This record gives sequence, C-alpha cells and structure tokens, in this order.
Amino acid sequence: MVKKVIQKIRKAAISDPDFEVSTRQLPPRGPETKPMTPVDKDWIAIVAFTIIILAMPWWLQPLGAAYPDLMQKFAIYGIFALGFNLLFGLTGYLSFGHAAFLGVGSYAAVWSFKLFTMNIIPAVLFAMLVAGVLAVVIGFISLRRSGIYFSILTLALAQMCYNLAYSVLTPITNGETGLRVLRDDPRYLDAAFGTEHQGVLLGSLFGERMVGYPGFYLCAALLIIAFYIALRIMRSPYGMMLRAIKSNQNRMIYTGFNPRPYMLTIFIISGMYAGLAGALLAITDPLAGAERMQWTASGEVVLMTILGGAGTISGPILGAAIIKYFENIFSALNDSALASAFSFLPHSVQEFVVTILSPFVGEGWHLTLGLLFMVIVIFLPGGIMEGIRRTYRFLRGHGRGSKSQTDLQAAE
Amino acid sequence: MSTNDRTSLSRRSLLKASAAGASVLAAPHFFIKGAYAAEYCNMPTGDTVTLGFNVPQTGPYADEGLDELKAFQLAVKHLNGEGDGGALNTFKPSNLKGNGILGKKVAYVSGDTQTKSDAARASAKRMIEKDGALMISGGSSSGVAVAVQSLCQETGVIFMAGLTHSNDTTGKDKRRYGFRHFFNAYMSGQALGPILAQEYGKDRKAYHLTADYTWGWTQEESIKDATEKLGWETVQTVRTPLGAGDFSQYLTPVLNSGADVLILNHYGSDMVNSLRQAVQFGMREKQVNGKDFQIVVPLYSELMAMGAGEAVKGILGTANWNWQLDNDGTKAFAKSFGQEYGQPPSQAAQTCYAQTILYANACETAGEFTPPAVIKALEGFEFEGLGNGKTLYRAEDHQCFKPVLVVKGKENPSNQFDILEVVEVVPTEQVTYDPSIFGGELGPYEVQGC
Amino acid sequence: MDALILQILNGLDKGAAYALIALGLTLVFGTLGVVNFAHGALFMLGAFCAVTMQKLLTLSTRVRDESITFFEAYKEVPYLESWLGDTGRIIIDYSVPLSILLTIPVMLLVGVVMERGLIRHFYKRSHAEQILVTFGLAIVLQEIIKAIFGANPVPVPAPPAVAGSASIGEWFGLGPAISYPWWRLVYLGFSLVILAAVFAFLQLTTFGMTVRAGMRDRETVGLLGIDIEKRFIIVFALAAIVAGLAGAMYAPILAPNYHLGMDFLVISFVVVVVGGMGSLGGAVAAGFLLGILQSFASMTEVKSILPGIDQIIIYLVAVVILLVRPRGLMGRSGIMET
Repeated sequence: MVKKVIQKIRKAAISDPDFEVSTRQLPPRGPETKPMTPVDKDWIAIVAFTIIILAMPWWLQPLGAAYPDLMQKFAIYGIFALGFNLLFGLTGYLSFGHAAFLGVGSYAAVWSFKLFTMNIIPAVLFAMLVAGVLAVVIGFISLRRSGIYFSILTLALAQMCYNLAYSVLTPITNGETGLRVLRDDPRYLDAAFGTEHQGVLLGSLFGERMVGYPGFYLCAALLIIAFYIALRIMRSPYGMMLRAIKSNQNRMIYTGFNPRPYMLTIFIISGMYAGLAGALLAITDPLAGAERMQWTASGEVVLMTILGGAGTISGPILGAAIIKYFENIFSALNDSALASAFSFLPHSVQEFVVTILSPFVGEGWHLTLGLLFMVIVIFLPGGIMEGIRRTYRFLRGHGRGSKSQTDLQAAE
Repeated sequence: MSTNDRTSLSRRSLLKASAAGASVLAAPHFFIKGAYAAEYCNMPTGDTVTLGFNVPQTGPYADEGLDELKAFQLAVKHLNGEGDGGALNTFKPSNLKGNGILGKKVAYVSGDTQTKSDAARASAKRMIEKDGALMISGGSSSGVAVAVQSLCQETGVIFMAGLTHSNDTTGKDKRRYGFRHFFNAYMSGQALGPILAQEYGKDRKAYHLTADYTWGWTQEESIKDATEKLGWETVQTVRTPLGAGDFSQYLTPVLNSGADVLILNHYGSDMVNSLRQAVQFGMREKQVNGKDFQIVVPLYSELMAMGAGEAVKGILGTANWNWQLDNDGTKAFAKSFGQEYGQPPSQAAQTCYAQTILYANACETAGEFTPPAVIKALEGFEFEGLGNGKTLYRAEDHQCFKPVLVVKGKENPSNQFDILEVVEVVPTEQVTYDPSIFGGELGPYEVQGC
Repeated sequence: MDALILQILNGLDKGAAYALIALGLTLVFGTLGVVNFAHGALFMLGAFCAVTMQKLLTLSTRVRDESITFFEAYKEVPYLESWLGDTGRIIIDYSVPLSILLTIPVMLLVGVVMERGLIRHFYKRSHAEQILVTFGLAIVLQEIIKAIFGANPVPVPAPPAVAGSASIGEWFGLGPAISYPWWRLVYLGFSLVILAAVFAFLQLTTFGMTVRAGMRDRETVGLLGIDIEKRFIIVFALAAIVAGLAGAMYAPILAPNYHLGMDFLVISFVVVVVGGMGSLGGAVAAGFLLGILQSFASMTEVKSILPGIDQIIIYLVAVVILLVRPRGLMGRSGIMET
C-alpha cells in the first residue's frame, strides 16, 4: 500500500514544480567538485555539522559567545527549531503552540529528578514520553483542521497549558517561580540504590554533572543525533510523502490515501524533539518555568525557523543561534562596554559612535532584532540559508532562474 | 575543600576530556575550569572586581530596571571614589575606603532579565561564566529573585536581591548566598494594618483582588492576616490572571458584595489598570454599609503611581523607601542621584544602591572576597545611613529589618516627582517576626563552585 | 441577576474592543491575503495618539520648585489653562475625544506608508515571511514608542463629565445596584458607530462592493479588468484607522504602554479565526461572544466550580468552536486553509 502511494507521489512529483524544488534542500556545505549522490552529500553535511558544533567553544570565542550556558542554549534551541521545522518545513503546518511541548518536557524532566533520580537518562526519556503524549492529544485535536485554523488550535491549546501552569496548576508546576529540584524530594530510585547527593543537586550522567562544558557537549551530541535523524526523516519515503501532503493534500486524498496518521506521526516526532529540548533545558539548569510555554516562546521558534529558512535542515539551527545570541549578548552591551570596544578610536569619534550605537544595544536589543527580521526577510526571501544558497549559486555563475521554494507557496 | 574533592576532580576532568571526543581544541578549557573549580567562583585575580547587574530592560518593568541600573552605576562610581560619594558619607559603620573594593577597581556588567525566570538565569549565568562576575544583583520580581538566588547558591556567587516583595525570597526559598534589603509582604501587612484600622475603622469588610501568582498570594495572605487580626472581615478573595489588562469583569461584583474596602494585590501595570478602572467604576464616591468605600494598594512603587495618575490620590499603601524622607542617608543619596540623572531615585533604585554598598562593605570587613567570609560579614550586620535608618541584616533568614513606610498618593503635588507622601514611618519592632514562621533553610556556606 | 446584567455589559464592552481590532485584521486577511502581526502595534499607535494629544494640550509653563535644589522639579501649568482659563481646562479635559482628530490622519499616514513601503511587496510571499516581516515591524514600532514615551504606562484621563459611573439600573427601574462607568458606555457606543460605518462603507458603496467581490474571488475580479491591488491601499489604511481609533478611545480604560499591541495580538487573531477567515460579520460576532463568555467565566460562582476557567475560557471556546464549525462561525472554505 505504502509503496503504491510512494509511486504515485513520485509521479505527482514530476508534474509539480514545488515538489521538485523542495526536495533539493541540501545544506550548502561541502565542496562540489565531482557529481555526488545525495547520500554522499548527506554524510559530508553530517560530518561538517559535527565538526562545526563540537568546535563551537573555539570559533565562537571572537564573537564573545563561547561560554557554556549560551552554547548550551544554541544547541538546545537548535534541537527545538529542528523539530519544529520537521513539522512546518515538511508539511507546511504552522504550529503556534510548540512551546507547550518544550515546557512540558522541562516539567517532566524536573519531576523525574524529584521523584526518581538525578540521572538524566530517565529524565530525558520521561520528558520525551510526556511531550509525546501531549503531542498525541494536541495533534489529534488540531490536525482535524488545516491552515490558520490549525495554527490557532495549537495556539489556543498551548496557551491553555501556559495559563493553567502559571496559576491553577501551581502544586505541580510551582507557578511563577518555576519548578525546582529540592533536597527533601523523595527520589525513590536514588534512595533505593543508596545514591547520595553532595552539594547542589544537578542532573548527572554516571556521576558526571551535566553543567558547564560537559552539559554543552551533552547538548551538542544530542543535537548532532537529532540532526542526523531529521536528515534521515527528510530523505526517507515518509518525508517525501509529507512533502506531497504539503504540495497538494487533496491530490493525496484522491489517491485513496489518508494523510492524517502520517501527519500525526510527524507532529508527535516534532513534539518529542521539543520535549527533548525542554528536558535539556531542565538538565543544564534544573528549573522549569511556565514562561517557556507562553505564546511568545512558541512565536520565537517560528521566527527562528523562518529566519534561518523554513524547510532547510540547518537554517532553523542558525536562526535559533542568532536569536539567542541577540538575547544574551546584545542585551548585555551597555554604554561603558561600547566605549571600551571602540576605545581604539579618537575620543570624539568614539563618543559619537557610542551615541549612535547605544539605542540599538542593551535595552534596545529588541529594536535591533526587529530590524534584523525585516532586513532578512526583505532582502533574503526564504531566510538566511536561501540567501547563502543564492550567493553561492551566484558566485558559481549558476544564473539559472530557479525560484525559491517559498515563492511558490503563493498567498491565497 | 577536601582532598576527596580533588580526586573526584581529576576523574571529572578525564570524563570531560573523553566527552569532548573529536574536539581537542576545546579541551584546555576544561583543565582551566577544573583548576578553578576547587576554588570559589570568579575570585578576582587582576586589579578589577566585576559585579553583575541583572535588571529588566525589556517588558513592562523596563523603566524600573533602567532606574535600578542607574543606581548601580552610581554605586560603582561612589565605590571607586568618583563623584560626591553619595550615601557613602553617611553610611556607618563603614570600612569602605573609596578606592574600589579591597583596593581593586569596581567594574560591572549588565544584562536583561526580561522579568522571566529563564531569561534572568541565562543572563546571570552569562555574567558568572563569561564575564566573571563576583556578585549578582538586581531584578524587579520575586519569581526572578527566587530563581536567580537558587542559581547563585548552586554556583557559589552572592546574590544581592533587588526589588522583590514576596515572603518566599527570604522565607521558604531563602538561600545562604541570597540577601534581601527590600521589605516583604508580611511587613507590609504588619505596617499597614494598624494605619488602616486607624483611618478606616475596625469594622470593615474587605474584598481582595489578587494577581494569580506566588507574590500575589503571599501578599493577600499577609494583608488578610493583619487586617483580620484588627477585626476586619474578608468578604471575598478573587484571583485575577497576570496581565489581564481589563479588570472590569472582576470589579463589577465588588460593589454589590457588601464589601466596603477593595484591596488590590497587584503590581506594575496590573495595579495601574485595576486601580484606574476601580476609580472609573465610581468606587471612591460610593457609600457602602454607611461608610465611604475605600481602595488600598498594599505595595506601592513610584512608577506605578505615576502610571496611575490622578487615581492614586489619597490611596494608602506601603513602600520600602521614599526620596523625600528626612534623614541624612536619603538626602545624600537623593542629591547624588538627582544631580547625576536629573530625577529623584525610586525605591527600586535605592534598594539596589544600598545592596551594592553593603556587599562592598562586607568584602572590606571580611578582608577577602571568598563568599563564606563575605556572607558571615553580612549576617547580623547592623548599619545606618543608607536612607532607611537603623537596619539589621538578620542572620537567620538574610532579611533586612528596618522601618517600613506607610504612604499615600499625594493630593496636591508640589512638583512632578511629588507623588507619594509618607503617612507614617512604622518602627522596626512592629514589623519584625520570627524567622521560623515561613520555614525554608539557608543551606551551606561552602559550595562546590562553578 | 444584577451581576449577570453587569457581566453582560462588561462582555459587550470587551467585545466591542475585540471586534474593532479584529475587524481591521480580518479585512486585511480577506482582501490582501496578508497575515499582519503588526496589527496590534497599530492599536498601540492609536492609543499613543491619545497620549500625544494629551501631552500636546498640556504643554506647560514650568514653575521651578525651589525647595529642591539637586535636580529640576517643577509644577506644570498648561499654556492652554494659563491663556484661556476655564475654557483651556475644558479643552484639556476632552483630550481623548479630541485625539480622534489626530488619530485619523496619523493612522491614515501610517497605513499608507506601511502598505506602500512594505506590505505590498509581500502580497505574493508566503505567510511565513509575512509573519516574520510584520512581527519585525511590530517590534520596531513598539521600540520607537518605548524610546519616546518610556516603558511605564501613561495615564490618559477620560473627560470628567463621563469619568464616573452611570446608574443604568435606575434608568430602567432595576435598582441602584447596576451602575457602569460612563466612559465604557461611550466606548461601546463609539464602537457600534464605527462598526456600522465600516459595514455601510463596504455594503453601500461601489468601492466597498469591489472590495467584497475581491475578498470572494480575487481572480474573477481581476479578469473583469478591475485592478484590485490599487484598492488595497485604501483597505489597509481603513484597517489601520479602525485599529487606531479603537486604541485611542481605549486609552482611558487601559493606560497605554508600549507593550499594549502585543497584549492584544493573540486575542485579536483568536477572534478573527473563531469568527471565520474573511468574514467581517463573523469577526464582530466572535468578538462579542468571546467578550461576554470571558466576563461570565470570571464570576466567582463560576470560578468556584471550575477554578482557573477565567484564564482559559477564550482558548477553550476557540477550540470548541473550531472543532464544531470547521471554518469558525462564518468562515468560507478555501481562505487560508493551506
């Protein structure tokens, strides 16, 4: 049955320009000297990606971002955006409530710390399980509708989770303050094995505490695995089927095929990615706050994905990193930091530069971020990755007037 | 730290290195970090000492955060011996020398809490991990304060809380590494109760509207306890969602409930909106049970009062400090701040200024930067001259005890900053309580650092 | 009973605000096919038009308060008051209604500039990109407002003549318990007038007819030789003006701060979608429905049975309606369903 459908999709694909273009979403990395099979390219992409991620502490140094917490955030939100993009990039279903899975993942992980053990493996598994279950519920309801109706359903369900977590569900979530790991929590598994915890309670993997650099490498390793799985999903017949649903759901239905189970599956996978990201947030910093579920957080992952390039594999990760970089580094620049950064200039020039720049940093970091969104989307349709690809193609002299894939999803 | 620690350290480094896998380049970081881990976090090695000021710069409390940051910058200036020295001249007993802290020049880094626990912790972590901050201060909400305070306990960095009013900060969530100069909801209740009874009588029926989160609940509880002890009856307590904006659906039942006092346990723009809307509902002109209907706002801030405009006139509440107080510390600080920024400081600014000075002084008293020594210097420290009169940093819960102001929106302001007037300065004894009533434990002095 | 009547009034009042915001949003959706995340910011700009008007009218001579030496503290006497005496005072008191005169041209200008400068380049782009660019614009607009007016809410008083409460109950012989703020009644009336005006414009004029036809079937309208895009500029400006007026008149109820737009963004989208994409009547109906249900859910009697219901009622209703009626209350098929 599935085979038949795939054949039909393949046929459909030939006649559908959108479909054709969107299967060509390869990361731009890797030299193209001789013709390579997609599989070769994938391996190059994965190896290149692994190197870039693991070497972050080194090459982020000049950007002032090479400290564990921010690099952890890059990796964690990278996973979150990657998972979101599996849903949005492949199927075109824009979920506006993905933060609910992130938040629930965090709560589940912290509860695992509180009830079972400080070991992170049960925490991660439990978080993904709970996020997956929530995704089944939300997905089952929301996927009955499409387009903006789907978006608003996910938004509404996630906002309900957030509002309840903030107030009524305080016994479970500890409300505004956030759920924390406390010394007098039961931790039945640890108690059963006689594991004692010295000092501060932090998530650990076989005795190694997952904060600082070990925490970062944990997140990085999981990001790489998540990247690999995402790539495999996108390349698989299943991924192709999802793209077919995106390009023309009706056509799929006419072929006698019910897309809903496939959609629900990717929705759950996507939710579990978010759950994993939430668990990692709780592992690297054992606190789960309700704000993680707010619509602004859901909106943030949408922005990350579109900024980097929806449907591309590495774009969302890049988008996540950019937004987190602004949030953490630009917001911290104050006048005195600016002054010292431009101290090589003559005094009057330096003062002038600081005056010009200061509205855009520190308390004005939102302004810069807003401008960045506009500039990118105006000048780089399809996000940063599309921009990079165009530049690359332009430099290689490939003037083939290939439209960006997003151009083709014309507005109704 | 014991040798036991050191052996586990080498095992840790090994594990870390193996976890590093392919990236050999980054490996040196671990060894450097590991070498420091036995020490306390971010001990200053050069000729500067870095403090981290974590304030809301975006979101609804951005103005309050800006004011806090100004106070921090002023404090740094004064500590480094620049400017007129402000309240450093009136602060005693003081070991400060006006040449930085322990001879090291004070530098600072700032960050944005966004009034969210997550963002605040990320920002604090940046200060600790990247900028080498020795102390973190600031903040404009209790959720943030509690979240950052527990992070600081984990990393062994001292946290000098900014504006946080929940009982939890120095109650059930108190930490050895966290200190609060600001007063709390319990103290508000103790200070406000008698004044309310005196102004409005002992036979009153109160209706509470409460912001539905931790701070709101502790305040509702505290005010309810204090007023009920004086004979008031609580008709109804209603929880309102944070940031509701329009409170009309919660305000309409008030007038027909039989209550003759409305208590608004709201802060920030929630308070601005609920108070203005309550006034629009004509509550201040109403008569219920033969008495004038009254509105009370237990926690005031200058910025909120400014935002509420006319509605605030004659409304009673409490405050930690006011720039028009008549004492030397207040005058010195308000003058210094006013000359620097052309406006009087808010209570949030004052508490942040005081916290910075107190931390610096504790380092000088201890003669070293190691947190346990500094903590011990702060615990039980008694001082005056920072604007609040005689103040005690209680050792048991790291809460400052000092007189609490009962304030009222001024009817005829003489200038644009003259919004609140002090009705009474309630003496410390009246707001002091037994530290055991809120539970919680401070935790250890020695912390396995960052 | 009294409580119910009061909550219905509350609901109508809230609903009026929701409906006004949602109306412009759905108009832009339906005709231009643009997801405008900056629509909340337009509401916020309107509110700040009221603030600006008030600030302009209260431009003051400053009398230095000599008792304070270390910074400039002064008592303000508005020029209008010192020149015109009581007449000046009255003009100042009516700053909010007067601000309509400022709001209309300002919002018209903002609408035209936004449409010509930015939005029109995004008609053919994906919804995702429309979201990103309009969200970016919303942030920029609110940061500009923050830079000018600060982050603190700015109080804008209603005219004293309508500052208090109206004893509606006595008008209808229902007893004194039912009283409701005058300004909110004014707001309700004002909203109904604006809603009626917009509907009349779309129903009764040729222009409106073309726009409605364009909302139904843009291609056919295009085939008839009508350049619908030329009319978009007017539609967008109209949406901006309606949002702006809603904001300006709402200022006395909700002290405007720069964040106001974001606070209304989510609710306005929910209202539009619950009403059904591309349906103006649906948006208005959904606005009032959600407003009234929100008010009822906040009653203590309801909350004691279902704690926390007031916090989620809007979303709960949205979910239920969308599950029962696939395209909202009055939506048509095919609009933004993919």
